[in-house]
Amino acid sequence: MWTALRLFSARVAASFRHAELDTDFDAEMASHRAMLEEELRRTGRTPEEARRQARLEFGPETQLREAHRDRRGLPWLDTLAQDLRYAIRLLRRDLGFAVFAILIVGIGVGASATIYSVVSALLLRPLPFSEPERLTWIANGGTVSDGLSGQTVPVGHYQALRERSRSFADIGAYMAFYGAGDHTLTGSGEPERITTVPVSPNFFAVLGVAMRRGRGFTVEESRWKGPPAIVLTDRLWHRRFNADPAIVGRKILIDGDPVPVVGVLPASFDFGTILAPGTTIDAFTAFPLSPESDKWGNTLAMIGRLKTGVSLEQARAETGVLAPQIKKRDPDRAFDLQLTPLAEHVSGRLRPALAVLASAVAVVMLIVCANLSNLFLARAASRQREMAIRVALGAGRRRLIRQMLTESLLLAGAGSVLGLLLAVAGTRVVSHVTAFNLPLLDRVRLDGPALLVILATAFVTGVVFGLAPAVQVPDVAVGGALTESSRGTTSTRHVWLRASLVVSEIAFACVLLIGAGLLTRSLLRVLDTNLGFRPDHTAALRLTPAAGYTGQAGENRYFGEALRLVRAIPGVEAVGLTDALPLGRNRSWNPGAKGRAYSRENPPPDSFVRVISDGYLETMHIPLLQGRDFTEHDTDGSKKVVIINQSMARALWPGENPIGKTAIYLDPEREVVGVVGDVRHLSLEEASGLEFYLPSRQTTDHFPMDLVMRTALAPEVLASEVRRALAPLDPSLATNEFRTLQSVVDRASSPRRFVVLLLASFAGFALLLASLGIYAVISYSVSQRQRELGIRMALGASAGEVRRQILGETFRLAGLGLVVGLPVAWALSRSMSSLLYGIDATDPLTFAGMIATLTAVAAVAGYLPALRASRTNPLVALRAD
Amino acid sequence: MATDERADILQGTLDLMVLKTLDAMGPLHGYGIAKRIEQLSGDALQINQGTIYLCLVRLVQRKWIAAAWGTSDNNRRAKFYEITKTGRKQLVAEAAHWERIAGVIGRLLQLDTRR
Repeated sequence: MWTALRLFSARVAASFRHAELDTDFDAEMASHRAMLEEELRRTGRTPEEARRQARLEFGPETQLREAHRDRRGLPWLDTLAQDLRYAIRLLRRDLGFAVFAILIVGIGVGASATIYSVVSALLLRPLPFSEPERLTWIANGGTVSDGLSGQTVPVGHYQALRERSRSFADIGAYMAFYGAGDHTLTGSGEPERITTVPVSPNFFAVLGVAMRRGRGFTVEESRWKGPPAIVLTDRLWHRRFNADPAIVGRKILIDGDPVPVVGVLPASFDFGTILAPGTTIDAFTAFPLSPESDKWGNTLAMIGRLKTGVSLEQARAETGVLAPQIKKRDPDRAFDLQLTPLAEHVSGRLRPALAVLASAVAVVMLIVCANLSNLFLARAASRQREMAIRVALGAGRRRLIRQMLTESLLLAGAGSVLGLLLAVAGTRVVSHVTAFNLPLLDRVRLDGPALLVILATAFVTGVVFGLAPAVQVPDVAVGGALTESSRGTTSTRHVWLRASLVVSEIAFACVLLIGAGLLTRSLLRVLDTNLGFRPDHTAALRLTPAAGYTGQAGENRYFGEALRLVRAIPGVEAVGLTDALPLGRNRSWNPGAKGRAYSRENPPPDSFVRVISDGYLETMHIPLLQGRDFTEHDTDGSKKVVIINQSMARALWPGENPIGKTAIYLDPEREVVGVVGDVRHLSLEEASGLEFYLPSRQTTDHFPMDLVMRTALAPEVLASEVRRALAPLDPSLATNEFRTLQSVVDRASSPRRFVVLLLASFAGFALLLASLGIYAVISYSVSQRQRELGIRMALGASAGEVRRQILGETFRLAGLGLVVGLPVAWALSRSMSSLLYGIDATDPLTFAGMIATLTAVAAVAGYLPALRASRTNPLVALRAD
Repeated sequence: MATDERADILQGTLDLMVLKTLDAMGPLHGYGIAKRIEQLSGDALQINQGTIYLCLVRLVQRKWIAAAWGTSDNNRRAKFYEITKTGRKQLVAEAAHWERIAGVIGRLLQLDTRR
């Protein structure tokens, strides 16, 4: 084995020193021949005879030199080097073609690798927890339309499940109704609002996250009114506390109260990106697990870790039995347990969209291959004379094929280097983009498998587009090619192959265009939907009563004053308060209509509750359909009132006027004073459920409030104005949780926009390539038929007729492409229907539009060659050879 | 094909002959080796003298012989080849191998005539 290796390395070394070794051998041969000559002269021959005889006896020198070179070096390496040098020289001559080929291979490979990295990060790679496949999302049986309340469970149920379940090693929980910026952090810098998530003491342990510093929460800290404690995320620790090594034990001011820091989480743990995409989580607190918090109703989302050896099916069977048992604790509360693997819960709903993107990028690669194959075929045709000469000089079929393959692999290699650079840039951009509410996006990076995909695609493109013309190469009638015109012969099979390649490109482009068109129209529909409120020129600021303003009276004083102060700011049109901004969190209760008989079988429907101040409806431009808005007079002590939305009016008082009616189960009853339009609260795509509004002055049972302002002022100006206006009321106001409602709405549509953006660019690229393909084929066909066209024009065909003929061919090609592509697009769009909104998968307008676009593009692509054809000077054409 | 087979056998025996020549006669240049082999084989091997170099280059790469430029007895510059220690080991092994084969074939041929 070692000798073989040594031999190989010797030969490699020799192949790099050919010139030097050749000279050496020449000298040796000369010396040998000289000695032979001398010997022969001694035997009596004349010098000339001796020389001739020596040469004969020695053997043919040139062949020997070649054989020596082959024997001492690596002949295949030499051939490869020769092929490469030749290929580079040829490509340098044809720079336009080379650049174009490298560019489209680069874009194709870059796009494939980026999309693959995204798919890998979002769907394929396991979650960043220990043994993530055992983690299960345990939810109450509600669907997404039931809002958060439908999916969470009360503390008591959680504890019961944890105690009784045998399938799970442990179950952790977090309080799902945290809000962004609910709490204020003061001291050691500007007051800022932070987002904290209350969790169970075993939460981090269940996920398998080891603390970077300190510890998690103890059971003691999870008691009702237990000692306060907070765990910081790595990001907050670095940003706010400069990674202070003595942070554990230090007390920080949360909402004015000193809270000791008990631990810091590692940088690898990012709750937000997994469970709350779009939100930055700053810290974690201990959620009190007690009978008192049990009374709050559905609060907890659960994550369980299956015991080793227990399957999800077994766990499902067990929870199927346990759920009804646990439900007995509170029979009126809907309770049903649904188990999904955590990975599925996090990114399962993205699967269809990512599948579409992955298929789209594969189609793009196919188009790239087809286009390049076409280009190479065209070049091969024009190089037939060169090929014929090489064949005449002794090149074998295999040698020619190898030459063509070397050229195409060289291009593919250069293209994939470009693609690699583009993919690195692309993944970096994607991982840093925070404007899209997609989970795990920050994990996107170019990894090993992605690299392999790049190499594989490069190799495949090289072989595929190098093979088609390389196979054509031997079909050369040497004699004919040498004497034929420089254009070379047009074998019909050759032309047919090119035409079919273009037809396939058009078909692929058609599929992509229709897919992109459908998704774009869906996006437009989503953006167009009547949300029930007007997000433009509206901003929201989280506002919590300052210290000293406690109880209902204190709150009313604080908020009343805040409203008055902000309303007075010039430029502010309207102000209001709400505890539940649209597209944010939600909670639901079950108020009913007085006089109806409700029972366990016929419960009052779930309705979303919102606590608002007077002025909110006006600020948000939520239409008031009947009755009146809240006023300052709907306050503590006056009659308890409620405003309901249209859907709720129809549900509770169908066919009647709800104004003046009483709603029950609302501590204890409230009179309906107004009916407003529905607001899309859960998502842009979903119709709103039943909603009702309570006046903020009449209840303290609400989430932290947001101050909502409608104004023409720019957000930065508004922020500083508000801070200034509220300074007398609350000097330590934190204003970092200031956001415009338009940005909230944009965020909600961002996953859809992400997909449409990518798909539309792929479709555009595909269209460009298809049109270039058409142009190339028609152009070539025109140039091949110069003589024929010349004759036709000489015989009286007008320029217009010739143009029409060429355009006719173009449309025939395009038509064929559509004939192939439309049925495929039809079939594929139906599998995509889960992603569509507001339109059918077979939307005729989109299909018609795309057909028109393709036809128009084809017309443009074919027009230039048609023009050239019609300008043929018959004399020149007939004379040309 | 027949010529290929013969070429292979040639190559194998040529290696052996070159090594033996260098072992017996000490360092020689290419011409010297070729002449010696011609003499030994009694012109049975009709090869061009130049092909010896193809054999020599392989032997050098396997480090069985070593090459160096020097001066011949006629004061001519020539490349001299010398057998190495590994080469000598290879020679012994190769010679044993051939003798074994010769023995077996000899016995085989004797078998026939005994009948």
